[in-house]
Amino acid sequence: MKNESISIANPDKHQLNAGTKISIALISVGLIVFAASFLNVKLNAEYFLPISLGTIIFGTILYSRTKYLNKPVGVKSESVWFHSLSSKGVLAWCLGVILTSFYILLYWFPSFLGLGINGEANTGVIAFFDPLSKLLNGKVASQWFMYGTIYTTCILAFGYKFILKYRHNRYQVIRTIVVIISQLFLAYLIPEILDGLNSDKAYYAKDLKNMWPLNYYFFDAWHIDNMRNGGSLGMAYLVWGIVLFLVVTPIITYFVGKRWYCSWVCGCGGLAETAGDSFRQLSSKKVSTWKFERYIIHSVLLFALIMTAGVLYNYFTNTTTIFGLDTYTWLRQPYGFLIGAVFSGVVGVGFYPMLGNRVWCRFGCPLAAYMGMFQRFKSRFRITTNGGQCISCGNCSNSCEMGIDVKAYAQRGENIVRASCVGCGICSDVCPRGVLKLENGDEQTRLNNNPITIGNNSIKLNL
Amino acid sequence: MVSINKFLKGCGTSNKHVVIIGNGISGITCARNIRKKSDFSITVISAETEYHFSRTALMYIYMGHLRYEDTKPYEDGFWAKNKINLLNKEVTKVESSNKTLHFSNGENLKYDILIIASGSKPNKFGWPGQDLKGVQGLYSFQDLQLLEDNTKGVKHAVIVGGGLIGVELAEMLTSRKIDVTFLVREKHFWDLVMPKQEAKLIEKHITEHHVNLKLETELEEIFSDTNGKVKAIITKSGETIECQFVGLTVGVSPNISFIKNSEINTDRGVLVNEFFETSVKDVYAIGDCAQFTSSINGRRPIEQVWYTGRMHGETLAHSLTTVKTNYNPGHWFNSAKFFDIEYQTYGAVPSIISAPLNSFYWEHSSGKMCFRIVYDFQTHHLIGINIFGIRMRHEVFNRWLSEGKKINYVMENLAEANFDPEFFKRYESDINLQFKKELV
Repeated sequence: MKNESISIANPDKHQLNAGTKISIALISVGLIVFAASFLNVKLNAEYFLPISLGTIIFGTILYSRTKYLNKPVGVKSESVWFHSLSSKGVLAWCLGVILTSFYILLYWFPSFLGLGINGEANTGVIAFFDPLSKLLNGKVASQWFMYGTIYTTCILAFGYKFILKYRHNRYQVIRTIVVIISQLFLAYLIPEILDGLNSDKAYYAKDLKNMWPLNYYFFDAWHIDNMRNGGSLGMAYLVWGIVLFLVVTPIITYFVGKRWYCSWVCGCGGLAETAGDSFRQLSSKKVSTWKFERYIIHSVLLFALIMTAGVLYNYFTNTTTIFGLDTYTWLRQPYGFLIGAVFSGVVGVGFYPMLGNRVWCRFGCPLAAYMGMFQRFKSRFRITTNGGQCISCGNCSNSCEMGIDVKAYAQRGENIVRASCVGCGICSDVCPRGVLKLENGDEQTRLNNNPITIGNNSIKLNL
Repeated sequence: MVSINKFLKGCGTSNKHVVIIGNGISGITCARNIRKKSDFSITVISAETEYHFSRTALMYIYMGHLRYEDTKPYEDGFWAKNKINLLNKEVTKVESSNKTLHFSNGENLKYDILIIASGSKPNKFGWPGQDLKGVQGLYSFQDLQLLEDNTKGVKHAVIVGGGLIGVELAEMLTSRKIDVTFLVREKHFWDLVMPKQEAKLIEKHITEHHVNLKLETELEEIFSDTNGKVKAIITKSGETIECQFVGLTVGVSPNISFIKNSEINTDRGVLVNEFFETSVKDVYAIGDCAQFTSSINGRRPIEQVWYTGRMHGETLAHSLTTVKTNYNPGHWFNSAKFFDIEYQTYGAVPSIISAPLNSFYWEHSSGKMCFRIVYDFQTHHLIGINIFGIRMRHEVFNRWLSEGKKINYVMENLAEANFDPEFFKRYESDINLQFKKELV
């Protein structure tokens, strides 16, 4: 419910305070500089890139401090369903269109962003990142360098905001610090610097934690070859990449659930948790959506498996076809287009303001599906329900970005054991009755069934 | 009527028709548990909303955390799938002699078994001006809609009554940037339930949220402007407070006016025995509206709590479908949230602790966390705990209470009961340090 008055003078107007006004001005300056570079206004990037990124980060920090530090600590979900941006209003649609367009340009029309084609110099917004790129890896910027820098900036700035918002909850604070460090170093700085130091060698993925099948080209022939020809570092990445998904991932997932990856180190998860936090309530909680989710995410996993089997067959037999079909045309290209670009990028992030911040993680990520199977069937992780204390208020389900109807379990006194849970812990945070706790424990006590809630001794059950 | 009869024909082999008045937690729990164990036809009637929603979540709709649809514990398709017929109608009369209900639109419905679970309504104690525009209680979905209307453009509000709904209403109004003056008749906030130290901790926190809390202050009269809308109140001590809204949160009482003229015996609530049987055969009452003729396990005759409503529903369903079962609630438990501070209680913690009981109280230096344990100082048995700002496990305390654990055991094993999220700072050693000091 909200004020539906169409009066031009807002009847519920709230005055912005000075801190908020200054921070919005700073962020706007940063964005205007970006827009100018996009429109090819000649700006000295050596000065203006730091100014632009700096004002955006500093503005967001100031905004968060003004918003959260003047109030007592506690759950801050007020008005998420009133604000236009977080409740699929006009602002949300504008942002959705901007993000979606950005991803379309990024994947298919990078020259519109200024990427120099055939050895020409970069222009526009990509040229804007040339000095930073040269500093880190010695080369001019690619669209991916630009994207990586913006992505990391978002996780940094919104990560700070997230930490202040949830500062009463140490699980959230520690998790977010880890996800910021993981993005800044493992996904961004270290790969860029290593690329610079190994500029004589061909490219291969150097994000230590971006494992197959999320990194779907890991087993492509060119990628295996580049790693094998990449000296001891390349070989180390090849071995680590295989050990990570085959051995390390199942073991850690057994002990703590898939959260160690999805909400603690993953880049997709990192953006979703920080920049996407305001959209978590938008995920659909319907049983029908859950059914759809299970079909589609496992289909993507199957697709990734078939594609990988095909390219590995090619690699070991030195062929380019399987059953007479060209694996590039029939497997790699469609996967890269449909899953790698459309699903994880355009829909995955572009639709944050419409479908919530975990669309890709929930419906598309083959790695999430893989870890989800361990989490569901062989893991010590669960969300424990605290006896009979649930009041079915629905805050937990509302804040579940993965669309799990948490209260459906909690109100029956049942623990939550679901393949899709990324362990973000917000359900437990927003619960007003202290009912939910993410924990690892004995496998025997994981699935429980209490048809009669604790506290009612009228009925004796033969369990 | 046609649609109901058609529906009934489709409902299994048993022709017993169970009709439940009220779709709150009691009625719905009863309906669900009857369905699990029988193929009776079930009809749930509510004048309030078409579907069951969580009453405790009303505040979150007003604050924008949730939308109305997010407060429904079950998806809309659940009811048809489980053959529970829902009627959005108002019952005006119960004619038990021929087992018929009469609706406000003139229709009627036959039942074989009637379960009254009609809940509560907010109390009003006859204050002059209590029916003015802008004066209301908060219980039902309609109250929430009225609140939306009543608080439009309001700058200052007065809340009367220091209990759980009062503090929730204060949180709701402050979230809309409305200044709140909170009148509490007692010496301390909720002091009929809470010991003084806990009450003071909550009072401090309420004040921290810029609510003007006035203890030992009672409402005398509410004044209207020329349009019949509230413009000010005056307290018994003669203070005038200008306001455009008054929230009356001085408790609730059974909502049973529609059966006052029936054969069913009532007092404040519908009178029932331990089997929830009323004075009329095949008519039962559960939840907020039921009043036990004799106290059950030392509890109050009218239990107006979410959890007890759920237990009533479970127990009566068991009686009707499996074996006649008396209501036998176990150890008391409850919880609440006062702005940002969570509260849980297990076992019995009286507001005034006197012999043979004794208690130990610990408070964190932040003033936002505290722990009280009550025990029998002769037998040393655990009696109950209050805990604020730290979460504790229901299952563990329920077990300790049943096993008659002694205070020393509980204090030594307190960590086992901790339910705070991972990485949270732990306070068991602080609590125990002080406990040992005080013991000497």
